[in-house]
This record gives sequence, structure tokens and C-alpha cells, in this order.
Amino acid sequence: MTSPFLEVKNLTVSFPTEDGLVRASNDISFTVARGETLAVVGESGSGKSVTSLAVMGLHNRRSAQISGEAILHLESGDVDTISAPEDVVRKLRGKSMAMIFQDPMSALHPYYTVGDQISEAWGLYNEGSKKDGIKRAIEMLELVGIPEAAKRVNEFPHQFSGGMRQRVMIGMALVNNPSLLIADEPTTALDVTVQSQILQLLRDMQKEFNMAVILITHDLGVVAEVADRVCVMYAGKIVEQAQIDDIYYVPDHPYTIGLLNSIPRVDQLDGRRLLAIPGQPPSLISLPTGCAFRARCSLSHLVPNNLCATKVPDLDEKLTGHFSRCHLTEAQLSKARTAPGDAL
Amino acid sequence: MLKYLVRRLSATLLVITLVSMSVFIIFAYLPMDPARLTCGKACTPPIIEANRHRLGLDVPVQIQYGRFVKGLFVGREYGEGAAKFECPAPAFGYSFNKHECVATLIASAFPVTFSLAIGAFILWLLLGVSLGVLAAKRQGKWQDKASTVFVLVGISLPTFISGILILLLALKFNLINPIEMGRWVSPFTNPLGWAWNFIFPWITLALAFAATYTRFTRSNVIETSSEDYIRTARAKGLSEKVILRKHTLRAALAPIVTIAGLDFAGLLGGAIITENIFNLPGLGRLSIRAVLIDYDLPVILTTTLLAATFVVVMNLIVDILYAYIDPRVRVA
Repeated sequence: MTSPFLEVKNLTVSFPTEDGLVRASNDISFTVARGETLAVVGESGSGKSVTSLAVMGLHNRRSAQISGEAILHLESGDVDTISAPEDVVRKLRGKSMAMIFQDPMSALHPYYTVGDQISEAWGLYNEGSKKDGIKRAIEMLELVGIPEAAKRVNEFPHQFSGGMRQRVMIGMALVNNPSLLIADEPTTALDVTVQSQILQLLRDMQKEFNMAVILITHDLGVVAEVADRVCVMYAGKIVEQAQIDDIYYVPDHPYTIGLLNSIPRVDQLDGRRLLAIPGQPPSLISLPTGCAFRARCSLSHLVPNNLCATKVPDLDEKLTGHFSRCHLTEAQLSKARTAPGDAL
Repeated sequence: MLKYLVRRLSATLLVITLVSMSVFIIFAYLPMDPARLTCGKACTPPIIEANRHRLGLDVPVQIQYGRFVKGLFVGREYGEGAAKFECPAPAFGYSFNKHECVATLIASAFPVTFSLAIGAFILWLLLGVSLGVLAAKRQGKWQDKASTVFVLVGISLPTFISGILILLLALKFNLINPIEMGRWVSPFTNPLGWAWNFIFPWITLALAFAATYTRFTRSNVIETSSEDYIRTARAKGLSEKVILRKHTLRAALAPIVTIAGLDFAGLLGGAIITENIFNLPGLGRLSIRAVLIDYDLPVILTTTLLAATFVVVMNLIVDILYAYIDPRVRVA
């Protein structure tokens, strides 16, 4: 494996509120290399977006408390985007690391043409006239598969469909050839048919630009299509981290097993109800002691000494290259994944 | 675009026509007899009837309206023989109290009102918008709190108080000459004198309006700052300065065009209180005198019609301008 481009170490983001400190993401560590796609999976509020916004330095420095490191291994040297001054981080945004967002309907400025917006991004890091910028914008629009790019470059975002707008966003994010692309739920707001087109495009672009990609999603179907490695997040923590196949074939955390069981499948139409994980995620202001998933976990009674309620499990390497934050033994987990519905 | 313009223009014309008709009918049925008001103590029934005829008030109201509209385009003659006099087009009527065609009265009052409105408008936009942006950017800091105080004072202080206070201060420090006050100075011959003439009324009006604009700008900038496309702009690597200037303000200030246009149009109809305090011979003072002192119906009719026209026309201008600002409302 090549050396990582981004190294996130012990990243913790919390927001002080009147009700208390919201621990949105807690002690997150992961790496991602160029040419690799890391999927970050979890339900709403699990801290996926908060983590990626922290890497990009997009949190309001006044309202967010951030600790830990997010080191970009650039050719010019290493930069920690958490501790570096805003001015330094700003000049990495759009050039070394780029981001696309969930809702392409609102992520583009409604008052400027797509050409203006792309050429503005290009002009930040390139010398050239407005005309050169528009020419470059047309190239990018062609690259991301927008027909009649030369004509559409002068149109406004509201004249594009949702999928086309996400293509524009991708084109804009890639205009300066970034080494890292963070895609925050890029397909969530789109039609299913458009979703797979956008995923295909992301994959093509990754090859074309040899980028490190962090794909944030709550859709395990999306993950299966594009990811190399997966981080599963729950209540602000990574609970499982593994290669893509391992996550699907040997899920090693009750939460992941539950997630996989709750995917509707066309090959299992035997009249069973969908297996949902009971309960709600805990409040991020008052996290329970011990394992955050304990209250929803149907296996916690198997752990002796009420350990789940007293001790936070460590992220252990239970199988080779496969980390899981659970007190259960490998044998117990392996039994759970072979008999879905019975144990859970 | 052309089709849209034609449609909007005809709608505007229709509205103006309807307004003029309603104003005309209202004044035609008021329990005041304009003919009786022409002669004062010297009135005898024959004189009143003669004057009624000279004023053209002895015919049904629809014919009066027809003559009025015709007069607008070709001018109008009153009376006959030796007592004959005429008002050239656009003839809005004849003021017996002032012995002057209404158009002439308007022509001398309008530049005053326009000067007052345009200066105050520029001043309050500058003040209101910059204070609003400052308050939004320094949310919760002392600048924000100071602007809140300004807004409260500005909104709760009526112009007849703030205007008199400003006038008193200006007189106390000998900043204006009470004898010269309100004398019309043309901006083309003496721009400095013109500006000095209007500076205190401008401040009075601007204070009253700027407060609203400060509050509006502040909330719009704060709201726009949390839009997704501002986050996108930040993710692109733009500096905060460029984001504010190019991305936030563009979207936050667009709605201000609408209220600014209408506020300005409203002022063009005359700022009654401010004009009276500072003795400015503008449309506001012309109408208030016509209503309270002279019962000068042709003048009242004309100033009302003008005020309505300003609002309707400005509405059209604002709509067209808005289409240029916000591409989403452009017609295909």
C-alpha cells in the first residue's frame, strides 16, 4: 500500500451549547492514500460530516472546539489543517483538498452562472484572464459529462437538473486538480438512477486525477460500489474499520451487522419483515458510560461483568487489518453474523 | 423580455388610469364646492356659477375627467374672452388660490422634493447597509450591540422629534441661517450651497430610514452566511473578504432593492413632516397646505396622482432591476 496522503489522528470536534458540550466526533483516526477511496458510514448525527468539515477547516473556529491532527502529506511538506493558521489552510482548500456536498440544489450560488463559479475557483490558483477561466470551465463540464458544455457554461444553476448540478459541483471541485476529494453524501439528494451515474463519475475522476477520496454516506449500497476501505461511525466514534469485502462478509461489530441486516434485498423475498435496529442513537451531549451502542445491542448480555456498561471498548484489531470496538469475542461475533435475526 | 415589458407597461398604465379615476371621483363628490372657494367674501351666487363654469365644474364628472385627460396631453383653456387663460400641456388643472397652473407649482416643488429624497436615500443606504453588515460580521460583539441601540432609537424616534432636535442643534451652532433656510439653490449653479441646504433634512430622513435597513441587512447577511453556497465558496478557498463581497452581499442585498425602491418612491411623493420642519417648498408642503389651508382641489388631485404614479412606476423599475440581479426570476 502506498503511503497515506491524509492522516487523521485523534480528531475530536465538540460544540459548546447551552445544554452542554456536544461531542460530535470523538477520537477519530484514519488514513487515506492517493488512488484510494475510504468510505465513512454511519447514520445521521454520527459525526461523519463534522469530521470531514474539520479536515477541510470549515468549522467556525469560534463555535467549534477541535483537537487532534489532520496531516496532509504535500510535496511541499506536511501541513496539519487543524493547527495551521486559517490563511495557510485556506490556500489548501480547492487546491490540495476539495469537497462536494450533499445537496447540489443549494450548494451552487443561484446568482452566478456555472461558468463564473468554476472559473472563479480556477482563477484562485491560476494566472489567466476571465476568458481562460471560462475555457477551463467548459473543459471541466465536458469532463464531467455535461452535454453542450460550451453553451451550458453560461447558464445558471437553476437551469440544471439535480444530477447535472452535482456534476457541476464535481467539475468545480476538481478544476485545480486536488489530491484529496471529500464527497459528503454526494448522491443522497439524487434519484437512484442518477446516483449510480454520479458514483461512476467519481470513480472515473479518481482514476483520472489519482485522488484520495473520502466518501461520506449512510448508504451501504453506495459503499459497496466504490469504496476500498470502510469506517463505520456511531455516536461520534469509529466502531469498525476494515477493507470493503471484510465489512460485507465478516462484519465484526453488532452495529455493522445490524446495518447490513437492515438493507432490503431483492433476493430474500420470503415474507420476513425488514430487520431494523431498535432504539435511537444516544444524545451527543450526555453519552452513556461504556459502549455507546450498548442500549441498542442485543448481544451485550453475552459480555460478562456488565463490562459494556462500565468500560468503553477499544478499537481492537480482531482480524488482520480489521478493527472493531466491541467487548464481544470473535467467536461470539462470528455466531451473530451467521444467524441474523436469531441472535439480534 | 420585450413581451414582458409591454405587458408590465400596459398594466402600469392601467393602474395609473384607475388611480386617477378614483381620485377624480372622490374629489368630485367631496362635500366641498371648489367654485365657492374661489372668491371668498366677495362671493355671490352669480359669481360662484360663473367661476364654476370657468373651472369646468358645471358638467358631469365623466366629462370633467375626459377634459382632464385631454388637458394632460394638449393643454387646457379656462374661461373665455378677456378672462381667458390657459395652461399648456401637461395641464393638471388651475389653482385659484395661487393663481397658477398646477403644473407650474409642481415644476417648482418637485426639484426640492427630489433633492431631499435622493440625498436622504443615498445617505440611509450607505449608513444602513454598512452598519447592518458590520453588525452581522461582529455578531454579539459591541459593534452589534451598538447597532441595535441605533436601530431602536432610529425606529422609535419620529421625524417630527428628530427633525426638530436636529434643527435646534443646527441653529444653536449657527450651522444654518434661519432666514435663508429652505431657499431653493440649484445644484447646477451652486452644488455646495445645494448640499448644505439639504444636509440637515437629509440626516433627519436618513436616520428614520437607516434603522430599518440596518436591521434588515443584518438579518439577511446572517441568514445568507449560513447558506450552503457560502460553505461551497469557502471550500473553494476564497478569502472571507471575497466571500462577503461577492457571494454573501450579492444575495443578501437583493431583497433590499425592492424596499429601497418603494421607500424612495414614497418619498418622491413628498416628505410632509421633514419639508415642513425645514421650510422646504417641496411637494409635501404643497399638498399639506392644499389640504389644510387652501382646500385647493386641483393641487391635491395632482399631488395624489403623482405620488401614486411614482410608486407604480418605481414598482415596475424594481421588478425589472430584480430580474437583472436574480437570474431565477428572469423570464425565459
